Amino acid sequence: MLEILELLQSNSRLTAKEIAVLTGQEEDEVKGIIERLEADKTIIKYFTLINWEKAGLEKVSALIEVKMSPQRDVGFDSVAERIYRFPEVKSVHLMSGAYDLAVFLEGATMKEVALFVAQKLATIDNVLSTATHFVLKTYKQDGFIFEDRENDQRLVIQP
Amino acid sequence: MSNNKWSDYINPSVKRIPPSGIRKFFDLAAEMEGVISLGVGEPDFVTPWHIREACVYSLNRGRTSYTSNQGLLELREEIAQYLGSQRVHYDPKKEVLVTVGVSEALDIALRTLIIPGDEVIIPTPCYVSYIPCTALAGGIPVTVQTSMEDNFRLTADKLEAVITPKSKVLLLCFPNNPTGAIMDRETLLQIAELVEKHDLLVIADEIYERLTYNGQHTCFASLPGMRDRTIILNGFSKAYAMTGWRLGYAAGHEDFIAAMNKIHQYTMLCAPITAQVAALEALRNGKSAVDKMVAQYNRRRRLVLHGFKEIGLTCFEPGGAFYAFPYVGDTGLTAAEFAENLLLEEKVAVVPGDVFGPGGEGCIRCSYASSVEDLTEAIKRMGRFIKHRGMKKVKTVYS
Repeated sequence: MLEILELLQSNSRLTAKEIAVLTGQEEDEVKGIIERLEADKTIIKYFTLINWEKAGLEKVSALIEVKMSPQRDVGFDSVAERIYRFPEVKSVHLMSGAYDLAVFLEGATMKEVALFVAQKLATIDNVLSTATHFVLKTYKQDGFIFEDRENDQRLVIQP
Repeated sequence: MSNNKWSDYINPSVKRIPPSGIRKFFDLAAEMEGVISLGVGEPDFVTPWHIREACVYSLNRGRTSYTSNQGLLELREEIAQYLGSQRVHYDPKKEVLVTVGVSEALDIALRTLIIPGDEVIIPTPCYVSYIPCTALAGGIPVTVQTSMEDNFRLTADKLEAVITPKSKVLLLCFPNNPTGAIMDRETLLQIAELVEKHDLLVIADEIYERLTYNGQHTCFASLPGMRDRTIILNGFSKAYAMTGWRLGYAAGHEDFIAAMNKIHQYTMLCAPITAQVAALEALRNGKSAVDKMVAQYNRRRRLVLHGFKEIGLTCFEPGGAFYAFPYVGDTGLTAAEFAENLLLEEKVAVVPGDVFGPGGEGCIRCSYASSVEDLTEAIKRMGRFIKHRGMKKVKTVYS
């Protein structure tokens, strides 16, 4: 099961048949496992990792550090939900350390991101402060290096 | 002197060595563009980053000196510890020698043991340097042909049939280049009995030992009575994707290692310190990287075996290394013809099996140390090539 997940994480376009060949399992068995993993939300979604800059689309990404006061019974969860429901918000993590939530945002312009933080995020009750850091360049994301310069330099034939 | 040809001055032992069959094929492939190569004998991974980083750090600190001839003691200690995990124990101070790749270790091991005229038994198909290096050391290479019917294992019967009073060394390489064959413990025990009975020594090239897929590798020196009859050769090229670092080692009885060290100190002096530092990091912290690479090779192994079956090529299931050795004789072509035409027509490079000695005829070596995408495309092209040619006959003995 873990091997199937690993393969799908590296290439979500692999078919059950291809995975069966790579793992030495039966195709039906692989199909069944994938269906089960999808049903129990172990597999949440299939993504394509795109270098948007290369595709000619300028997007602005930012990391927002959010400090907040926890609420009775629900802790940080309730505020976190109010934040992660916004479609501009790409990911939200509860952190240990200097701040509480790490919020990744995407917008068309810097102004759009800044206004979102000022008008939507900072105004939520229990949010004490925010600090916005704009992403200047992405080198690596989800384990993949964007512009890998390590080409295959092997000779064509070797002993 | 000036009346002689320059070739007259060349040592006859060197002149007798035929040019490498791989070289000729390489020259042909090197001129072409867009070739998918299954002809490579090295990992397609680069050395794991933490190993490279440890080397760069050592350079920044100015670690650029010679080391002791035998190699950094801390590295030898790690090597001894690693071999200990395979149930064979060596004293890192006296019984381990760090060399410039396994190639150097093999050369000096042969030169240390062979007295001109001694016979060296070599199971074939084998790595291309075994026969020439034996000859250069003054030994007589005696080949034992393994076959697909025996899964390219060396059997006790075949070994015993070639033993003579002049037999001195048995040169083993399992998992094997080019076949990918591995030896099971039971057969190795039978071989060990013969080694004892006929007072042979064993050079065990275990460079592919980490790359085994079905079951545990048996270290030959760990078998009863074999530790002091065996020189283990191993290195970092294959398991840790460190081919260009040229770092290997030998382990064996202290008398063998001391004698090998004499040749080593007057030829290589010592292995490069940067590579030794990197190897130290590899042994200490490289296990998870090796495990990941082995898992990848295993998937690709399944992929090529499945692919060959789909396109109608007979191939025994390799248990180790990263090579498959399918039979192509059913196409009516020799291995060399198959490889050459496949390269010219479909731009896929493979190596004809006969360059690896007797027993390799009719087969081609396909390395699966390439990406899944490249392997898939290469198999597709091979299928097209075979379909275009048509199978001349159906061979049923290898199923």
